[in-house]
Amino acid sequence: MNSPITDRGQIDPALSSPLLICEHCDTVYRRRPLACGDVARCARCGAVLERHQRISLNMMLALVATVMVVFVQANLWPIITLSLNGEQIHTRLWGIIVMMWNAHSQVVAVLAAGTLFFFPLCKMLALGWLLIYARLGRRAPGFRQTMVVLHYIGPWTMSEVFVLGVLVSIVKAHLYFDVTPDAGVFAYAALAILITVFAGIDVRQLWDKIPDTEGAA
Amino acid sequence: MSALPRAHELGLIGCHICGLVCRDTQVADAACPRCGSALHRRKPNSCARTWALLIAAFILYLPANLLPIMRTVSLGDVDDNTILSGVIELWVKGSPDLAVIVFTASIVVPMMKFLVLGTLLLSVHRGTNWARAQRARLYRLVEFIGYWSMLDVFVVSLLTALVQFGFFSEVEPLPGVVYFGLTVVLTMLASMSFDPRLIWDCQDEDD
Repeated sequence: MNSPITDRGQIDPALSSPLLICEHCDTVYRRRPLACGDVARCARCGAVLERHQRISLNMMLALVATVMVVFVQANLWPIITLSLNGEQIHTRLWGIIVMMWNAHSQVVAVLAAGTLFFFPLCKMLALGWLLIYARLGRRAPGFRQTMVVLHYIGPWTMSEVFVLGVLVSIVKAHLYFDVTPDAGVFAYAALAILITVFAGIDVRQLWDKIPDTEGAA
Repeated sequence: MSALPRAHELGLIGCHICGLVCRDTQVADAACPRCGSALHRRKPNSCARTWALLIAAFILYLPANLLPIMRTVSLGDVDDNTILSGVIELWVKGSPDLAVIVFTASIVVPMMKFLVLGTLLLSVHRGTNWARAQRARLYRLVEFIGYWSMLDVFVVSLLTALVQFGFFSEVEPLPGVVYFGLTVVLTMLASMSFDPRLIWDCQDEDD
């Protein structure tokens, strides 16, 4: 068969894509062009092989920039405000993390800081870095390492779970106190929507879409 | 060769990190030419790692459920809540629909993960052909919903930060929430280290 594979170190970009292996069962497929809205599924195990990617690299960069703006707002603005006898308490993400650290739950503080702040931030910065260089038509310095890091931090961003957590907390606190959702929670809701849009984007396509100019030279 | 050839039948390996299709050179420490990660036919020591993480998660899951996760102090009145009593409180006093969501995220999802991953591991050990497509679907479900269990951890954190009125009213986290957070992380690691390709590795008779 006409294998697209070359030995270590030399990859012909034109040939790097005609085959596709299902990640869930190792079945080999020949890639087909997908029309808008198409999803290729594995005939053996039913896992998604590939989706049509309607979002171009430029749109992706715009999306990353939007997420960054919303992310800053979600972190700066208070999320919930609670009032009791004229006293008001505003809660921000970092307030929560510091509070948990001081309340002998350092493990929880680290988990929250990682999944709600550092990993999402790293993900967006890394994607932004790669996409800015992609606009210039080349791979960013450290492209390979950044892509590997993106693969590993992917499952550890949990902002959308946090949004649901805010909702549950408001209802619980409302039993006893006067609570009002603040601007931050809307920023988080926007973030959750943007993350859902992102979920349909396969970051791995960057390997194919940003050609390795230096490797060929 | 069947109509749906598998990578090893064609002498290929798919990189687990970047997805590149590579020729299987049978070299012990082969690296992916594109991303530089180590190439494996299957995730290394998948079963042993998954068992270890799953058992560790289960050990932590017991204190996570038995110990209280949150203390509410109100005018000197101390009230400790476990995960389940928090759900019941929400059901009785607040909104039953949210109680169902919290119950699903904190109790159903972790239990399901233990059951599903345990079943998958046992069936892989036995090399059975039984319900492979369904098992594959269960695995994808567990991977997809796994991290929603963090919900309760975030709720406790939010309430702790929110309710700080000294003697009047205060919420403190208790050790249960730490165990629960660790359980969620360990079950996530367990489902990541399980290799769903193993489900299909027994004899292909029916296709």
